[in-house]
Amino acid sequence: LPIEKDLPDRPAKDSPANGGEFRVIGVPRRRVDARAKVTGQTRFADDIFLPRMAHCKLLRSPHPHARIRKIDASRALAHPGVYLVLTGKDLPIEYGILPVSQDEQALCLDHVRHVGDPVAAVIAREELIAFEALDLIDVDYEILATISDPEEALATPEPRIHEYGEEGNIHKRVALEFGDVEKSFAEADEIFEDTFFYQGSTHLPIEQHAAVAIKDPEGKLTIWSSTQTPHYLHRALAKVLQMPAAHIRVSATPNGGGFGGKSDPFNHEIVVAKAALLLDRPVKICLTREEVFYCHRGRHPVLMKFKTGVKKDGTITGMHLQTLIDGGGYGSYGVASTFYTGALQTTTYHIPRYCFQGCRTFTNKPPCGPKRGHGTVQPRFGQEVQLDKIAEKLKIDPAELRLRIVEAPNTLTANYLRLSTVNLSECIRRVVKVSGWKEKFRRLPEGRGVGLACSAYLTGAGLPIYWNKMPQSGVQLKLDRGGGVTIFCGATEIGQGSDDVLASIVAEVLGINTFDIRLFTGDTDLGPVDLGSYSSRVTIMAGNAALQAAERAKELLAEAVAIRLEVPKERLRFADKHVFDSTAPEKRVPFHEAVCLAEARFGTIGTVGSYTPPKSPALYKGGGVGPSPTYSYTAAIVEVAVNSVTGWITVPKIWIAHDIGRALNPPLVRGQVEGSVYMGLGEALMEEQEFRRLPKKLSHALVHKFPSMLEYKSPTSLDMPDVVTVLVEEPDPRGPFGAKEVGQGPLLPIMPAVANAVYDAVGVRIDEVPITPEKIMKALAEKKAGRDPRYGPSHFPHVDWPEALRVPPPWEGGDGNAVNDVPRHSKPRPEKEKVLSS
Amino acid sequence: MMRLPLFEFRAPRTLEEAVRILDGQGPNTMPLAGGTDLLPNMKRRQQVPRTLMSLRHVEGLRQIQLGESGSRLGACLTLTDIAEDHRFRNGLTALSQAAAQVATPHIRNMATLGGNLCLDTRCNYYDQNYEWRKAINFCLKKDGTTCWVAPGSSKCVAVSSTDTAPALIALGARVRLVSRSGEREVALADLYNKDGINYIKRRPDEILVEVLLNSLHGWKSTYWKLRRRGSFDFPVLSVAAAARLSSKGVVEDARIVIGSASSRPLVAGDAAKSLLGRSLNPETIAEAAALAARIAKPLDNTDFDMTWRKRVTAEFVTYALRELRGDDMRSERESITRYHFE
Repeated sequence: LPIEKDLPDRPAKDSPANGGEFRVIGVPRRRVDARAKVTGQTRFADDIFLPRMAHCKLLRSPHPHARIRKIDASRALAHPGVYLVLTGKDLPIEYGILPVSQDEQALCLDHVRHVGDPVAAVIAREELIAFEALDLIDVDYEILATISDPEEALATPEPRIHEYGEEGNIHKRVALEFGDVEKSFAEADEIFEDTFFYQGSTHLPIEQHAAVAIKDPEGKLTIWSSTQTPHYLHRALAKVLQMPAAHIRVSATPNGGGFGGKSDPFNHEIVVAKAALLLDRPVKICLTREEVFYCHRGRHPVLMKFKTGVKKDGTITGMHLQTLIDGGGYGSYGVASTFYTGALQTTTYHIPRYCFQGCRTFTNKPPCGPKRGHGTVQPRFGQEVQLDKIAEKLKIDPAELRLRIVEAPNTLTANYLRLSTVNLSECIRRVVKVSGWKEKFRRLPEGRGVGLACSAYLTGAGLPIYWNKMPQSGVQLKLDRGGGVTIFCGATEIGQGSDDVLASIVAEVLGINTFDIRLFTGDTDLGPVDLGSYSSRVTIMAGNAALQAAERAKELLAEAVAIRLEVPKERLRFADKHVFDSTAPEKRVPFHEAVCLAEARFGTIGTVGSYTPPKSPALYKGGGVGPSPTYSYTAAIVEVAVNSVTGWITVPKIWIAHDIGRALNPPLVRGQVEGSVYMGLGEALMEEQEFRRLPKKLSHALVHKFPSMLEYKSPTSLDMPDVVTVLVEEPDPRGPFGAKEVGQGPLLPIMPAVANAVYDAVGVRIDEVPITPEKIMKALAEKKAGRDPRYGPSHFPHVDWPEALRVPPPWEGGDGNAVNDVPRHSKPRPEKEKVLSS
Repeated sequence: MMRLPLFEFRAPRTLEEAVRILDGQGPNTMPLAGGTDLLPNMKRRQQVPRTLMSLRHVEGLRQIQLGESGSRLGACLTLTDIAEDHRFRNGLTALSQAAAQVATPHIRNMATLGGNLCLDTRCNYYDQNYEWRKAINFCLKKDGTTCWVAPGSSKCVAVSSTDTAPALIALGARVRLVSRSGEREVALADLYNKDGINYIKRRPDEILVEVLLNSLHGWKSTYWKLRRRGSFDFPVLSVAAAARLSSKGVVEDARIVIGSASSRPLVAGDAAKSLLGRSLNPETIAEAAALAARIAKPLDNTDFDMTWRKRVTAEFVTYALRELRGDDMRSERESITRYHFE
């Protein structure tokens, strides 16, 4: 077979598909999995029922921090209907999503770190029997002192929640300096120092995590699970079960929502796998809603301090950011999250010098991890609210200020992120226009206000979770004699439309319909590796892999058809399920016949494609977090109405413009934008993953305040405002047909835009989320009393920061290495560069 | 939430049969109406009755009799029956508004008037699943010895969270309770105790069969509910107000009830009395609002900060009284309910 070299960066307009005129791409279409979903026929993990299937329940720690002295399961084992009880001894090998944080055990062996940490599993004939038997397991705990927040963690080195990390209960400390920021503050006309707090929140997918495992007739393991990352689960299972990876099949069932909450390998998945192997019968678990709150891996609570120097015209001279991060009980993606709190500040506005210090601590709460916008959401809130304060002080319209300082396209930032297309200015202009910003800002009656904020987000993390040189996504295509095309790919459909993306790209190139395509995705046995549905990476990575595979298939078909039609293959076009001569369209063969011609000539037609992101110029340690093939940009304007007596806040309307590159299927893109707005509004106004510590002298409890969908307040459809979505389309040369991400970026500007709108409405600053009526009322009282009209954190505690890695920015002669570290050239070292992205 | 525990199910056809089933069973047998409160509670193992007795097929519990001299409402009317029936207007507006704001459309389709009046009291430490409550060593209301809201308290302070009770108390409603040994009528205001555990005077062997109302000719009423979202949420503060105004706008009679600020709905007698013989104007409204707010002592056991709930009480009473006066309150109502409200 003719194998092409890696696909060069090719602007979409030059794509050979149909001479630049698309039949599939950009056309509003019914998504390929829509019928199954709207008719209730999609089979989620919990819909799987198999003969002889047993049910699993986990006994979870009622204590936030304790040593396990002894577990006696004899009474549970004697309970009628119980097949098996597993404890930590049965699964002692540690695992974790990041190679540097292998700190979880499927069942805690001797140490529990939060309420809800699993200590034993009961597998029984029925779920109710397993539940009843949980109460028959006797666990002897030695209670340990608890840590509820990062300040307490800094002050309390003992007892340690983990035996690894920087020291005491500090998990990770990082410090990076790109140029001398102190010097940049000296050159500034004004310096702004602000402290912000961003509360934690959880993903709240409607589908609770579920998994079913079987030992197949050959003795191999198969697990179906609602996971966003089947490949990483595959690796964790091989490690913990000590089985050859080739004997394990992970099949990601369609996720009923993920948002980052199903991206870690989870204890319940490992437990049912082990149980199925031991019992030789199918074993299923479906978590309760409370258990999903205990899995968590959601938004880290972050306290942050911004110091920013500006010139009178708004030009930023330098920025110093410090973040203090509440990690919860385990590492999860936390090391990456820590870097992410400092990674993307430079991608929106030009910041010539930048210093970042971040610190993540362990606490006795469910682990935090990646939630939509992973780690970048919290500092984006602070940055955009501070910019609003700067604009006011400098008497510049906030939209105008941003337009003055927007970073240029094709730039290398101070921290060595390579930007591709940057259409933030166009987003700002469009959203200003469509919202009537100029007639509204500072002009609405008391109690009404508008606020603006912007953001950027990765289109796929530049590096994998574990260091390797292989592609990050692969696609195989099979073309059959009937004209059918089958796509095999590890990419995981979590509701975001990744299956439709793959189908649309292949359909466009081959000139067929998306419904003529069959997809096998998210299955480690059936398709080549894709790293998973996280970091907004699927469209660009699996999409480019699919594009390459489709182009290769097209090449084979074109060659065979060219001979049959006796025309040069360059003149052939693929459209409407035909291959035809572009100069004489009546000269054509149907697509299925083209496949037969190619098969006769070349043998069975199957092609492959793969994608590896471009190498990053960020060579310094920690530079692995932040690089992306390209970044999406968003600008949003939020209108609020605030009652100046009660602080009651409503959001009547939101306008949002997103730099998408190209919308492959516009309704899906708009759906992602609106979904992000919805989730952002929840974080802005009400969502809190909050914990309650009962009076210490009476209780050791440190419990989730309300792990239920009723009392964990997430907006309802009635709380959702009208959203006007504007798509800014300038194809990005790195995206398939120019597409960039949309799954996460549009969430980021919502929270700061709400905060800025509240200020416009009633003149008070709420420097933390959620922005609740209580906080607004308190700030209004401060305003009335003539004090600082503000609600927010008052201080940033002392952290023993390590010496910063000093990386001169590109315009100060830097080469991407730290001057006070060994040069790392262009090749990250495997043993050190394990801290990568999500 | 866990699956339901196993239970025995009875479905009597007549009231006689129903009260016979309940007789002598105590809390082991519980009547089941819409089940929207009881079944989730059972999943959380807050209540674990051996037997559930469905009221669905019991004759005569779903009737509506509306007359000039008074009204009778069957306890098994669903909240949707009430919210969507346009006869529940004018004097009965408060009831209609309260029913329409309970939970979600799906729940209102199942939930009944009687069920909402008998709704279990709620608390952040109680409305949790079994495992969560185990982690705090349970609480006074169920399986434990400490009230975590007020650790010094010997009494449970769980919150009355019914929407329809404050509205119906403001309308002067009575309820009819039937047991095997007889029946009785109780003023709804007297049905509740200030005790989160023994919050209701209905005995386990009694069935609340209907709500009785005197003539509401000349009355206007309204219901204002505070909750975080436009749907789903229980009230964390509510104000029901009813008044009979003379043709000159003088208050001849009035009732103001504060809900969800205690273990029982609170009748704001002084506030109502302060309005008698006076017209509703900014001064009299402010005076009544301050008096009414004085009796609300919310605790930290619901959504929202308790001091904020306390501080907005007067504001909510003001909304209610202004609406009774005839002010156009649609924009305030829409802002609070988060949807367009008829």
